[in-house]
This record gives sequence, C-alpha cells and structure tokens, in this order.
Amino acid sequence: MTDVAAPGIFDTSPAAKRRIAKRYRAEVRLRLAGIGAIAFAFCFLVLLITDILTKAWPGFTENELTLEVPVSAETLGLGPNPDQAQIAGADFMAPIRQLLVSYFPGAADDRRSRTRLFQIISRGGADPLRDRIVADPSLIGTTVKVPVYLNDDADYFYKGYVTPIRTTASAGSATPSGTSGTITLTSTAQDFLPVLTGAGALRDATLPLTDKAPSRLVSINGGVLKATEVSADRISGEVLIPLTSTSMAAPGDWKILTLEQPQGDRKMSDREVVWLLALKDKGFVSSGISWRFLSSGDSREAELAGIKGALVGSALTMLITLLLSLPIGVGAAIYLEEFAPKNRFVDVIEVNINNLAAVPSIVFGLLGLAVFLGFFGLPRSAPLVGGLVLALLVLPTIIIASRAALNAVPPSIREAALGVGASHQQAVLHHVLPLAMPGIFTGTIIGMAHALGETAPLLLIGMVAFIVDTPTSATSAATVLPVQVFLWSDLPEIGFRAKTSMAIIVLLVFLFAMNGLAIFLRSRFEKRW
Amino acid sequence: MTDRHIVTAFDEELQHVIRAVAECGGLSEELVSKAIIALTRLDIDVAQAVINDDKRVDELQREIEAMAISLIARRQPMAADLREVVAAFRIASDLERVGDLAKNIAKRVIAIQDQFHSQQVVHGVEHIAELALAQLKNVLDAYASRDVRAADEVWSRDEEIDALYTSLFRELLTYMMEDPRNITFCAHLLFCAKNVERIGDHATNIAETVHYLVTGEAMTEERPKQSSVLAFDLPQTDD
Amino acid sequence: MDMSIAKASVVAAETAPAGPVMKVIAEDVDVFYGDKHALKSVSIGVPERSVTAFIGPSGCGKSTFLRCINRMNDTIAGCRVIGSVTIDGQDIYDPSLDVVELRARVGMVFQKPNPFPKTIFENVAYGPRIHGLARSKVELEEIVMTSLGKAGLLEEVKDRLTEPGTGLSGGQQQRLCIARAIAVSPDVILMDEPCSSLDPIATARIEELIDELRANYTIIIVTHSMQQAARVSQTTAFFHLGILVEQGSTSQIFTNPHDRRTQDYITGRFG
Repeated sequence: MTDVAAPGIFDTSPAAKRRIAKRYRAEVRLRLAGIGAIAFAFCFLVLLITDILTKAWPGFTENELTLEVPVSAETLGLGPNPDQAQIAGADFMAPIRQLLVSYFPGAADDRRSRTRLFQIISRGGADPLRDRIVADPSLIGTTVKVPVYLNDDADYFYKGYVTPIRTTASAGSATPSGTSGTITLTSTAQDFLPVLTGAGALRDATLPLTDKAPSRLVSINGGVLKATEVSADRISGEVLIPLTSTSMAAPGDWKILTLEQPQGDRKMSDREVVWLLALKDKGFVSSGISWRFLSSGDSREAELAGIKGALVGSALTMLITLLLSLPIGVGAAIYLEEFAPKNRFVDVIEVNINNLAAVPSIVFGLLGLAVFLGFFGLPRSAPLVGGLVLALLVLPTIIIASRAALNAVPPSIREAALGVGASHQQAVLHHVLPLAMPGIFTGTIIGMAHALGETAPLLLIGMVAFIVDTPTSATSAATVLPVQVFLWSDLPEIGFRAKTSMAIIVLLVFLFAMNGLAIFLRSRFEKRW
Repeated sequence: MTDRHIVTAFDEELQHVIRAVAECGGLSEELVSKAIIALTRLDIDVAQAVINDDKRVDELQREIEAMAISLIARRQPMAADLREVVAAFRIASDLERVGDLAKNIAKRVIAIQDQFHSQQVVHGVEHIAELALAQLKNVLDAYASRDVRAADEVWSRDEEIDALYTSLFRELLTYMMEDPRNITFCAHLLFCAKNVERIGDHATNIAETVHYLVTGEAMTEERPKQSSVLAFDLPQTDD
Repeated sequence: MDMSIAKASVVAAETAPAGPVMKVIAEDVDVFYGDKHALKSVSIGVPERSVTAFIGPSGCGKSTFLRCINRMNDTIAGCRVIGSVTIDGQDIYDPSLDVVELRARVGMVFQKPNPFPKTIFENVAYGPRIHGLARSKVELEEIVMTSLGKAGLLEEVKDRLTEPGTGLSGGQQQRLCIARAIAVSPDVILMDEPCSSLDPIATARIEELIDELRANYTIIIVTHSMQQAARVSQTTAFFHLGILVEQGSTSQIFTNPHDRRTQDYITGRFG
C-alpha cells in the first residue's frame, strides 16, 4: 500500500493523500450545501419581512387634526333641553364642517368644492367630539378642543405619498394683480424661468400648464395661486385661496411650490393639496403612532379600520380550539399508545388518524358547514364553530405528536413505576405523561400555529362577514386575523394596503406570543431522565 | 480437567503449579531413595548429596506456594480448580517435610559411619524404608493420575508401616540390650526408623489430600493407627 | 495447612439455618415467549430472610424466572407462564389476585438505576402514597426517612431531599431505588443484576446493604458475577438453557458442585 517508507504512524503515500483530500472536499461540499440552503431560506425570509415592513410602514403613524370646534346647540340641531339619546344622535359633523368653511370661505361657493373640503375629514372623524359632548353635555355652547380624524387620502398626503412638494425660494418681488379668481403675478426677477427650461420651452415663451405637467403654485400674501400660464417673470392662474391684499411681496415673503406629480396623475386635486397645506401651516396637524389600529374594530373607512375585532375573534377561536383539541388529542394518544388492545381494528384507526393529518383544510370547513351549522344549528361565524372546526383540523397533529412523545419515554421509567406497585394507569398518568409533556407541547405548538393561520375552513363557516363589533362571547359573530387580512387585501383604498400588512404583522406577533408562551410552559415541564 | 478454560493463561498457570508439585514429588522421592541407599551402604558421598539436594526441594515448595497464592488472588479459582490449588499447597508442604526427613536420615548416616554396625539391623530399617518409599511413589502416582482408589489404598496401608515400625522398635531395643556397643548405632537407627515412619505418614497425608481433591469431600475417618510400642496411647502428633 | 482448616473453609460462610422456611416456592414453571420455550419445568424453593443468587450464562432464563415472581412478565406481550408460583403459600397467578398489590409485596430493583425524574423525597414517597401506607404527611415523611436510612443513603442526602433523584451518582441512585422498593414494606426484594453498571466501591456498598437487609427481607439476586454470588448469597441456583440445573448452599456450589455443568460454568470451562 505504501509507496514510500513512512516515518511515524501515518500513511503519507500519494494515494493516501488523495483519499484524504477527497474526503475533505466532500466535507466542504456538504457544509457549503448546508450553508447554501440556510442562506437561501434566509434570503427569502428577509425578503418577506422587508416586504411586509415596507408595506406596513405608512400605517404605523397617522396624522390627525386638532381643532377648536365651537359647539352650539343649534349647529348640532338640538333643542333647548336635549336628553341623552338626543345628544348622542346629534350631527356632530356639522360644527366641524362649519369650522372648516370658516377657514376656507372660497370653498363654500360650489357644492363640489364643498364636498371635496368636507371629504378631508373622515366619516368617523367627529367621533371624538361626539364622545366628549356625550360625556359632558355642559360643553354645548363652548369651544371644544378635540382631535378630528382625517380621511386616509389626507393622511397619506401628509405622509408624502400623494406628491412630492418642492419649495423654491423667491428671488424677486412679486405683485399680484388681484386677490381672487384668475389673476396675474409679476415678479421683478425671472423666478419662473426654471419652469420654462424644465419643460424645454424658450426663455421668452409663455408656457401653458396642463394637468399633465407638474402643478406650480405660488404662496403669497396669505393666499395661494395656481399657475395656468408661465413666463419667465410672470404667471397667471387661478386663485385657490384668496389673498389678503395685492401689495408687493418682498423676496422671501412669497414662495413657489411645485407639485411634482401632475394633477392628472393623482386623485387629489391641487385645491385639496392647498387646503391641507394650509391646515398644516395653521398648526392643526399632528402625527402620532396609530394606536387606534389596535383599539378599533373593522370599518368601511380605511382610516378607521382596526384589528381589535379580528384579534379578539382569533383569540377566542384559538382558545376554543385549544380547550377542545388538547385534552381530546392527548387522551386519544394515551389510550392508543398505552391501553388499546393490539388488533386490526385499532390499526385501522391509527392509519386513519395519520391520513386525517393530510386532509385539505377546506374539507374540515365543509364538515363544519354541514354538521355544526346545518345539523346542530350553531350560530354562523361564531368562534365556537370556528374553534370546533379547527380543533378537528388540529387533532390528528396533536395525537401523532403526543404518541411519539409517549413512545419516547424510556421503558425503564414504566418498569420502575410498575415495580413499586403502581397500576398501569398510575404509571402512565404519574410518570409517563409528565415526561412526555415537552413533546406534547411541541405538537400543540405546531398544531395551534397551523390553526391560527387557517383561512379556508373558516370562510366556509361564514367567518368572512364584515364584523364591526368586537365579539363578546364564543357565540357572537366574529372574524379571525387571517380572514381579516384576506378581506382587506381586496379593498382599493390606499389606507387598506398598509393595514393589510399591519394585520399580517399582528398575526405574526400573535403567533410568536402564542408559541413563546407554549415554549415557556414546555421548558417548565422539561425534566431529564 | 479435560475441558479447557476460556482464558488459556488460567489453564497454563494451573498446569504449571501442578507440574511443579509433580517435580517436587519426584525430587522428594529421589531424596528418600538416595537416603535409603546411603543408609544401607553407609555411603557418605550419597548422604552428602541428599543433604545438598534437599535445598532444591525447599526452594520448589516456596515457589509452589507463591504461585498458588498468586493464582488465587488473580484468577479466583472455583470448585475443582480451587481444590487443585489447595491440594498443591498441602502436598508441597508434605513433600518439603519428606525432603527434610530424608536429609535427617542422611545426616545420621554420616554420624554413624564410624560406628560398629550390624547388617541385619540395617536390613530391617531398609525394609521399612522401602515400604515407605513405595507408599510415597504410589501416592504421587495417584496424584498424577487423580486416582482415588490408589490414594485410598495408600491411606489404608499406613497401618503396615506402623506395624513394621513397632516390630523394628522392639528389635532395636533388643540389640541395644544385648550389646552396649550397639547402643549408639541402634539409637541412630531408631531415629532413622522414626523418620521413615513419618515419611509414611506424610504419604498418607498426601493420600487424604488427593482424595479430597478428586471427590471434594474430606476424609473424616480416623486413620488406622498402630502404636502399641507404648503401654498407653499417646495423642496423635501429626505435623 | 491441614485438614481442619480445609474443613473450616467448607463450612465457614454457611449461615443459612438448617431446614429453612421457604418463602417462594415454584413448581414446574414453564415460560413461553410466543413459541420460544424460555423456561422448562423449573421447581425451586427460596428460603426466607436470606439471599438467594441465580447464576447462569446469558439467555439461560434466570432473569425471566425472576420476573415471574413479581409478574412483570405480564407486561410483555406474548408471554405465557404455566405452573405454580406461591409466596407464603399463596398462588400469585391466581386470577383473583391483584397484580398491583403483589408488586407492592414483591419489590424490584433493576439493572440500570432508574429513579423517577422527581425529587429524592418524591421518589421514595410515591409508593407509600399510592398504596395508602401513610395516614398523614408526618407519617409519610417518617416512612421516607426510615427507608432512606435502611438503604444507607440518609446521611448523604438528608439535606437535599428536594433535589432531583437523577442528580445522584450511579451508586447512590441504585441505593435510592432500593430505598424506594423498601418503602412499600415488601416481603421479597428481587434484584436483577443491580451492580452491573456500578463501580467496585459502589458495588461493595450495595453488597453490604444486601447483607444488612437480609435480616428482614427475602432477597433474590440475579447476577452475572460468580464472585458476587459467592460473596453475597447463602443459596445459589444455577440456570442453563432454561433449566434449573442445580441449587444448593453457596459454599457447596462453589467448592464442590454436584452437576458437571455447574462445575464447568463456575470454573469458566464454558461461557
């Protein structure tokens, strides 16, 4: 074997060296394959999380107005001594709208612009005002400082999603020709030259601006002008917010705003942009973390939609699933593993349990629909039914995992218990079961995680309905987190896009919390044998 | 033992001990034989050789003891193997005494060489000595072949030697009474005869040991003894 | 050396009383594992308050027979036991007898120490608790302490009774298992190669313990080590190929066995 006489005990022939090198290469290949697989999976995980986070990012904060709303009984439409029910039913949007109109008198002129103006406020934007007045009716007749919720479009504008806004400082002094309507603004410097050059026009041309070009606005003398025609030192256009005077504004006292996104390409008109900017300038706009997402139920309005209903629904459903599947599953596993006689019949049962673990989940939904809703007449869309269906789904997993855990307990423990005079039942319950607990918990974690994300069977039993209220019991209508995600993902409003991803995040956090709890409990049970 | 031990070293060590005992037996036999020759021919050289060779017997006995103890400590022999080792101990001890007794006879030969002696008397001693030698030979053969019957026979023939000793004792006394010049010589011969009788006893000991070795039971019966030289029975004084 | 010493060595270790009372009597016991005939017509008497050793090569049936005495063979599927086994005259295979109660009367210590993964106290207290041997917590504590004391473990563990039993050394664990067996006040203690996984010092401690225990319990020990059987027991039974070949006092078996097969096994002439 050795070609050369080897010193020492190691074979150093070329053949041996080749063998060793070959072995090392094989080991390196295996390690690389493993690392490659993990890296591949990790990449996708990172991609997934990045995608979810970036989509959810806009939803983490929300803007709202804080307005000082004068509240009077007549604005609310109430009589002299209203009772509680009357107060609760009053129109609380009216004072707010009145306030807005007072800020932007020009908007009140035609119905369309008035509608547009009022659309800034969310349909539920008056709720804080309502709550305040209802709680303290003595505030009627005073001015109440209260948060007012914005529409999701307005909210997103403030977050910068509608259009980027560029502000250009002024070089010359500008003089407006009027305070409202179509006016002309003349500057002493060629402040508007960049517009021309940007559009590729000649320096001395007069460029008409259409909806296909970025909007150019001029803020001067407390008002705002939208340019429809631009020359190097002059623009003419429509006044969106009336100016206070036609006096000359010095350089620096007036500015040019460019809305980069052409009006034709966006949903929000320049007018609304200007209103929103004005509100911001007035200092009414504040931004904060959107805790409302967690404390509100579902809503048709994107800005008002919250996850609370689905969260509670999921929690209730999971609770019922756990309460049903764990005892039944563990009990079945104990019986099959320890006490069942070893005959054909029991074998058939075992095979079928394994098969059930592979049945598509929608079949369980059909079962639930037919048996629980149809035959037993349980209420639709209730966590009770959802829990029943999911318990059936999860049961095979728990049984299989529990059996494996029971099997893994070394027979020496059983023998020791029997030797001391314990009956078979005592040996199993006092000794084998506690030792099998970690494995049982693992099976439960897997099963429950599976159940948490199940959508199809729950759709069939009706948990797809639009539920606004938080479910109060196991028999009240509810929805669950994955179904909520499914529902929201279909809706067009911009606000729902972020909320879908936020709901996914809540789902994942719920999952981790559930698993974390189970792992904690499992480690408490873990004993070494 | 016809079967082999699973651990061959065990068998080898046990056989080594047994062979050593056989060698020791052969040597002792030779010593006794030579001592008799020295006595009958009054040959000083032979007597001296016996005295020298006895050392080898002592040496062997010590070796056998050491090997046996080592075997017990390291191999934990059981049942028949244990009896083998115990037998080796005891037989070696007996053989060592036999060697010493032969040496004593040889010493006395040297002592009486200048004395007046009667061939007839020496003849008597020679006779008993031959018998004792025969016993020794037979018992060692019985040990080698693990023959219980042969051993038992040796055991029962001890009677004969005792009887012979008694008659020889009387004869020597008569000689001494007859002629005072005989006293020294006969006195020495008496001691020689006694030594020979004790050689016989040791042969009987070995026979008992062989019996125990083979059957596993100790011989419990009283040895047939004839000591009617004395008017009363002395208590048994075995070594 | 002479005959008297030889005689003395034959009778020295003999302490079993002449004509002892038999605690466990087996008559014509056959055991089948499915079709395999594991034990053939075994008849044996185990004297009370003494140690009886079962020896024999691997697979000879000694452990199987041991497990017949506390009916642990019942837990093995396909195992059939024919014949009679009586303890104090009571047939233990009587269908009306509660196996669980039997196992409280006949304790067992296994080859590999297998304390429960509970506290030391719980390990010993479990048996008395399920059999209702203690009427109060104080009584239970007393039973635990006494058992640990009898097993020679009390001094070593008395200030760590709440620690897990599995945290002890091998020898201590085995003594804990013995304490656990004693705690339910059995009449007979069965030991299946109790020292085979222990070091010599732990083994010696257990043997010492066995010697102390035999004053109050009937002990049957299965062992692979003939030296251990010789040291520890007063009666020895040799099994081979499912048959009880020979049974007798330990000193007789090990110095002068009657049966050739016993002789060959003891002297190492066959495995």
